[in-house]
Amino acid sequence: MNFEETELRLGLPGNISKLKSNIVNSGATNVNGKRGFAEAANVDLKLNLVSSKGDGEIVDQAAESEEIKNLLGGAGSTDSVVKPPAKAQVVGWPPVRSSYRKNIISLQKAATKKGDEENEKVMSSPMGATFVKVSLDGAPYLRKVDLKMYKSYQELSDALGNMFNSFTIGNCGSQGMMDFMNESRLMDLLNNSDYVPTYEDKDGDWMLVGDVPWEMFVGSCKRLRIMKGAEAIGLAPRAMEKCKNRT
Amino acid sequence: MSDLTPTTLRNNVPLSPDEVLEIALESVLEFLPCQRDRNAFSLVNKSWNRIEAETRFEVVIGNCYSISPQRVVNRFKAIKSVVLKGKPRFADFSLLPPDWGARFSPWVVVLSGAYRGLEKLCLKRMYVSNDDLVVVANTFVGFKEIRLVCCEGFGTSGLAVLAGKCRQLRVLELIEDEVADDEEDWISFFPGGATCLESLMFDCVECPLNFNALEKLVARSPSLKKLRVNRYVSLGQLRHLMIIAPQLTHLGTGSYGPLEDLEDPLPANELRDHVSSAFAASKSLVCLSGFREIVPYFLPAVYPVCANLTSLNLSYANILVEEFKQVISHCHKLQILWVLDLISDGGLVAVAATCKDLQELRVFPMDTIEDNAGPVSDVGLHAIAEGCKKLQSILFFCQQMTNAAVISMSINCPDLIVFRLCIIGRYRPDHSTGEPMDEGFGAIVKNCKKLTRLAVSGLLTDRAFSYIGQYGKLLRTLSVAFAGDSDMGLTYVLEGCPKLEKLEIRDSPFGDIALRSGMHQYHNMRFLWMSTCKVTRQGCREIARQIPGVIVEIFNWNQVGEEGENSDLVDTLYMYRSLEGPRADAPRFVNIL
Repeated sequence: MNFEETELRLGLPGNISKLKSNIVNSGATNVNGKRGFAEAANVDLKLNLVSSKGDGEIVDQAAESEEIKNLLGGAGSTDSVVKPPAKAQVVGWPPVRSSYRKNIISLQKAATKKGDEENEKVMSSPMGATFVKVSLDGAPYLRKVDLKMYKSYQELSDALGNMFNSFTIGNCGSQGMMDFMNESRLMDLLNNSDYVPTYEDKDGDWMLVGDVPWEMFVGSCKRLRIMKGAEAIGLAPRAMEKCKNRT
Repeated sequence: MSDLTPTTLRNNVPLSPDEVLEIALESVLEFLPCQRDRNAFSLVNKSWNRIEAETRFEVVIGNCYSISPQRVVNRFKAIKSVVLKGKPRFADFSLLPPDWGARFSPWVVVLSGAYRGLEKLCLKRMYVSNDDLVVVANTFVGFKEIRLVCCEGFGTSGLAVLAGKCRQLRVLELIEDEVADDEEDWISFFPGGATCLESLMFDCVECPLNFNALEKLVARSPSLKKLRVNRYVSLGQLRHLMIIAPQLTHLGTGSYGPLEDLEDPLPANELRDHVSSAFAASKSLVCLSGFREIVPYFLPAVYPVCANLTSLNLSYANILVEEFKQVISHCHKLQILWVLDLISDGGLVAVAATCKDLQELRVFPMDTIEDNAGPVSDVGLHAIAEGCKKLQSILFFCQQMTNAAVISMSINCPDLIVFRLCIIGRYRPDHSTGEPMDEGFGAIVKNCKKLTRLAVSGLLTDRAFSYIGQYGKLLRTLSVAFAGDSDMGLTYVLEGCPKLEKLEIRDSPFGDIALRSGMHQYHNMRFLWMSTCKVTRQGCREIARQIPGVIVEIFNWNQVGEEGENSDLVDTLYMYRSLEGPRADAPRFVNIL
């Protein structure tokens, strides 16, 4: 993992390192009036941006966005994060046809738009499918899963592991989420930098996955977010409280 | 005595030996459809030139500015098919200012005057207006086929005229065009009664559709073999179309899911079963594409048809790795595969395991932001190299690569004709050794003896170009971006690759010295494109002065003049050979030297 991503930096976000002269500031519209993909990519993807490199210098946009998220209080802030200023991108690079890019971006837009309603209506078909959005901190795209397709936390954990298999998930894949029921194990996991799955329930609270019986989870889960362990610490006490209230 | 054979008499008058020869040559020419061969034939002598001109039916013009329409119609009298290409390819990536040119209008005026019998038109990267389409529809009575690829400037009203007036229309293919929504229900304009339609492709048309009209059209088009619908057709609607047209060989599925504002009466599981039955009944289907807004739940419905597929385009499909693997595991006959990099290295391994006949692979990036790692990498490329040994063409976007994987491909896939690797991270070295990517690309040009098209990326020194110059003897098209150290790089290529026709370069440190080194070569090439390199106005002027028959266009994006040493640097140089002088339609920002 790139530790520089989590490094706290002083200074305002928006320190864009010197890039080559042909780089168009993505705030400007493309010369032909169409949106270049810089604009579209930054504005429409409600995601944690990953750093981009130019001339070998590292632009720590990821670090800055992490910092902002921490300031606002990690849990539940996925949608209220102040977006880092639009990153400069190179015109026409990579060489993918602009119209194709537009289509792919609108695919992502459609996927996120569907999840944007205030109280997210879960897309259900008569089969009883329960689609929820899944986000992974640091991944450039969101996914949707149908919770009804799985019968246990283990199955869901495996599926999530596959879905984001190019990013490190950490222990959540191999050990499943049942371990999170155990308080001390929970604290171990939360203290290291591995990823931890959390979810937003019907009350709008962010919970640690694994607290409640599977069926109850499927019924109350509105969206999933796989956070870095260090950030999820704030959730644990609340999770413990809810647990205690139920027993 | 009447033992003279009929061919030596015309109107009962014996033919001269020359005339006999002409007839013989005309017969021979029937077997020479290929334009390159015919060009060679026509150079033998004047008489052969004339015969060839009289019997050529199709003319292919690779650059619309290389020859005037007038000159074409003067030479060729009986043309039935015209293929015309306009803008250089980098226009696709917003590197060409709009209004640069490549308008079809001046061509349609002349063609409509000379070739009343024109039947086929194929235009690529041209600006085609609605009025142009009206001229086509009104002039060419027996018009049969139109293909518009990467074009713009027209809308649904132009399509309506084509649909309404061209009664013999067999082929209407719109591929990656920008089509304006003139709010014309163009599908309804096709005349009633049975049509001649064999191919109807409009997946790029971003306009809502009158489905009722489409359904009726398909129903009365018994010859229809290829149908690609746009994303305004829902899965339920698609299923209806498939039932009406079980004879399809090529299908573009449209959205492949429910449409937002269209309630499907069927519950999802029933719909999936119905679609699956429809696929099972499509015994002729070999080419599948679309999946514009796929709901993955429905993907398994395609399984019945997978075993027959030779071509599969999933490049718009946002699906999980596991879902992809399920599909691909059935596709043993696949020759062409286009996918998104979402399928990840695991998906590529699955491709390598199943698709032993694969000839063409394209892996497109879902995310174009430069990053350390992405879902596909050298691991996937390596797997493909070892599994798909018949590979001829590859386009591969990734964030990181190794020389070893590229070398492996060069050895395992000797039939490679097209190798295009795009490492999205600029100047990215081999991620395991830290070395430049020189050796990998060097191995490609050295080992792939049939290679004619190459695109390079990653950290590359002049050494890579020396390999290309040394081994790329059949290379016709080369694309370079963010690569090389000095003028020597480009010099190696210009001096070493005799068959080079198209050279497109951006953001590389090649300047006037390199430009000069190619002077012997430029009239053999279709074009040279250099943007954001180190070429100066002066250097370009020299070329323009010294080489006749080549047009040198330069343009600067920054209208605000830059002070200082760099102000003589040219933003973009676009140079092409031409029989004509400077074009009259160049916009203000273009300077023709």
